[in-house]
Amino acid sequence: MDNLLSIITFMPLVAAVILGLFLRGDDEAAQRNAKWLALIATSATFLLSIFLYTGFDPANTGFQFVEEREWLLGLQYKMGVDGISVTFVLLTTFLMPLVIASCWDVKHRVKDYMIAFLLLETLMLGVFCALDLILFYLFFEAGLIPMFLIIGIWGGANRIYASFKFFLYTLLGSVLMLVAMIAMYMDAGTTDIPTLLSHSFGSESFSLLGIQVIGGAQTLMWLAFFASFAVKMPMWPVHTWLPDAHVQAPTAGSVVLAAILLKMGGYGFLRFSLPMFPVGSEIMGPYVLWLSAIAIVYTSLVALAQHDMKKLIAYSSVAHMGYVTMGIFAVNQQGVDGAIFQMISHGFISGALFLCVGVIYDRMHTREIDAYGGLVNKMPAYAMIFMLFTMANVGLPGTSGFVGEFLTLMGIFQVNTWVAVVATSGVILSAAYALWLYRRVVMGDLIKESLKSITDMSRRERAIFAPLVVMTILLGVYPALVLDMIGPSVEALVSNYDTAVLNSEAATAYAEN
Amino acid sequence: MIQTDLAIVLPEIILAVFAMVALIGAVYTGKDKTAPLILWLTAGLFVALAAWIGFTGEGTQEAFGGAFVDDGFARFAKVTILLSAAAILLLSQDFMTRHDLFRFEYPILLALAVVGMMMMVSAGDLMALYMGLELQSLSLYVVAALRRDSVKSTEAGLKYFVLGALSSGLLLYGASLTYGYAGTTLFSGIVSTLHEGHNSLGLIFGLVFIAAGLAFKVSAAPFHMWTPDVYEGSPTPITAFFATAPKVAAMALFARVVHDAFGGAVGDWTQIVAFLSVASMFLGAIAAIGQRDIKRLMAYSSIAHMGFALMGLAAGTAEGVQAMLIYMAIYVTMNIGTFAFILSMEKDGHPVTDIDALQNYSKQEPGRALAMLVLMFSLAGIPPLVGFFGKFYVLKAAVDANMTWLAVAGVIASVIGAFYYLRIIYYMYFGEERDALDGSMPIVGWTLLMGSAAIMVVGVINLFGIEGLALAAAGALVN
Repeated sequence: MDNLLSIITFMPLVAAVILGLFLRGDDEAAQRNAKWLALIATSATFLLSIFLYTGFDPANTGFQFVEEREWLLGLQYKMGVDGISVTFVLLTTFLMPLVIASCWDVKHRVKDYMIAFLLLETLMLGVFCALDLILFYLFFEAGLIPMFLIIGIWGGANRIYASFKFFLYTLLGSVLMLVAMIAMYMDAGTTDIPTLLSHSFGSESFSLLGIQVIGGAQTLMWLAFFASFAVKMPMWPVHTWLPDAHVQAPTAGSVVLAAILLKMGGYGFLRFSLPMFPVGSEIMGPYVLWLSAIAIVYTSLVALAQHDMKKLIAYSSVAHMGYVTMGIFAVNQQGVDGAIFQMISHGFISGALFLCVGVIYDRMHTREIDAYGGLVNKMPAYAMIFMLFTMANVGLPGTSGFVGEFLTLMGIFQVNTWVAVVATSGVILSAAYALWLYRRVVMGDLIKESLKSITDMSRRERAIFAPLVVMTILLGVYPALVLDMIGPSVEALVSNYDTAVLNSEAATAYAEN
Repeated sequence: MIQTDLAIVLPEIILAVFAMVALIGAVYTGKDKTAPLILWLTAGLFVALAAWIGFTGEGTQEAFGGAFVDDGFARFAKVTILLSAAAILLLSQDFMTRHDLFRFEYPILLALAVVGMMMMVSAGDLMALYMGLELQSLSLYVVAALRRDSVKSTEAGLKYFVLGALSSGLLLYGASLTYGYAGTTLFSGIVSTLHEGHNSLGLIFGLVFIAAGLAFKVSAAPFHMWTPDVYEGSPTPITAFFATAPKVAAMALFARVVHDAFGGAVGDWTQIVAFLSVASMFLGAIAAIGQRDIKRLMAYSSIAHMGFALMGLAAGTAEGVQAMLIYMAIYVTMNIGTFAFILSMEKDGHPVTDIDALQNYSKQEPGRALAMLVLMFSLAGIPPLVGFFGKFYVLKAAVDANMTWLAVAGVIASVIGAFYYLRIIYYMYFGEERDALDGSMPIVGWTLLMGSAAIMVVGVINLFGIEGLALAAAGALVN
């Protein structure tokens, strides 16, 4: 299985091409075929990725399953995974069949919808597997195209605004990263990521347009990458595209956006910002910590004021991503472990929460919180599942949400106690908005006339939630499942970072004397 | 001696003789009835010449005492020009016939314009440069006004002529200044004067005027004013022609002049070119936002794209020229596909150019809409489509030449520019339900549209080896 990663990455693309070329017509049968083909392709991708899991050696901190081919002039097609990226690959392949299954009731342009998701899966997997700078950029950026179409074609009433905002906002962030990537290419003479990881970029301060740039080229490149990943993540204050995109996107689109696309930002920080620009990170890190703390408190408060369920969960996502950036820029074993764990766990939890909204949206066609109330009377199974994920979102011990938040807070406490104090208050706020949402939607008496005939979840819907429930609880009680995978890689990352920072400080001290 | 000289310019001679013979033949026989035949012959000749030049040319040869240069750079540009001109010719037949515009002069004028372009890219002397440029321009002034009974088309032709004459005047003035201070019109002579250290103010003045004249021809801001009106007024196939072959020729000529003639004053002209580049990118990106007419929009889009190509030139290196050539080849391919689509935009037999009319198009014609989607994303420079690689190479050249600021300006302009390409997609895919356009598409147009979209997708695998060819071409120009 030398080409395992390529096979996994491009299998959905092949399915998309088959769908596009050979499936004709738009009748019932054609729609069903499209859905089944997409489901089979994504499931097969998941099954193949199990080989990745079994064949992966966590003790090896280098890249595994590496493939290398010549590509365009000076560039190469290189794929490979380490402990950090393999978890994201598995998260993606695990969630995609569920996403496909969740859009079973879509009637509008089903074939195109399936093609868009299959393309998106290939591009997302490519982001996590790429070991060439430009190849990474290619996948990272290309993901905008299917998502733009998903929001624009199948989205809600205000979808045009949301899709344009999503596209242009993220594009503006990424193009600066492109320039920095080219500068890296020029500096190191290669776009090979493993080589770049061991290359040290210039960190001598210089003055640019009269401003003293401490950390020199590293700081500038760090900022350019930050522009891209902070928007993608999204971090306060550049998060404003996310609530719009989430609210207008169709359910499956929201799930992919929250569960996987946002993680590309965090992955980018771990793959590029920290190891490649340690000096830049060391200089800018404290600001990121405070931005994250503000994000956690501010967006939690904003979430409290929402009337739209999806918007509430979107703001809650921004708050949870705040823990991630905080953990990453604490740069210690607990912090980074926690950040990755939080991303994986948030992938399951936020995905499930958007699916929960989707379940009642499909029945009532509204996301207004006020339109609901007392659903527990008619939908006991739904109330049960929604309850579980609300609790997981709050970070109840025993669910995966707790482990991630606890580890990141522990990591940050060692670095900056005040940020930890502010961030911990976010835990309380998240309990407030999540439980209040749950009370307003599910609890109480069922008095609204329109809700009288609502039905509980179908077998298909329960089947979609089952794997998510299992994973949330399993990771909550046995986090080693993820932590063992990522541990050695994170340890190597953190120790390399510390060495690089120490070396640069020693060099600066030497220069000053 | 004269035999070897003539052997070097044989392709140009063949094309010129063909144009004259065809002209006389058509006048004395069937006139407009022969137009389809002449069109196919011309297109066939273009392709044959492209194959000939592309496959047989080798090394660098000079004719007429250095006034005409045949090198790898010229050959790359000539093949691009000939192939794109052939594609546009074939594309236009159906449109011209249906709108009763099909005059036999049309293919002949294009053939003459192409002779002019081939002269331009091979020019090794200011006189040869001017002759080629004027032959090309005069032919184009006429075709811009081909629709004689339309006020807009006549206006386009006249505007193009008056402003073109002005720019030719600027260029001539610059050429005479250069001659005055360098004592020669030969590029090799000018460059050796510069190398000897005589880079007097007069020569730099000459350079500035020549650059202004050339900037007009490539429609770089701030010399772009004619572009939107001429694009809008001319019949669509002629707009398509304006957007492709002459741009390549003018760009190649620009590169030739700044490197061959003013190679000793790199520091002086890179500033000028960098300014033209930034101005064009931003103007093209911002001014296109307000456009409702797809032809005007494509005019501004071409201004922005020329800005990017000029960025490669501004780097002042062989790598920059290579990037510029790759960019132009990709740009031309995308534009041929896009104009094949625009030519099919019709409703009840009338051409429609309002982008609002594209609403709901993807329902009506999913295949064409998909191809257009690919082309629009490619024009916007979104990976993994080939348009991205064009941008990537010029950005790389700019960063490599220590012009990171230019690269940053470029990517910001490209984000602004992405907006209007997205809007076309928005109309086609997200637009409201209404009667879509009903224009049919001839098989040639369909093939070119689909082919160009397919190239944009498949090219990500290896760009068809064009980088290597462009590298060789750039190596021939910049030593």
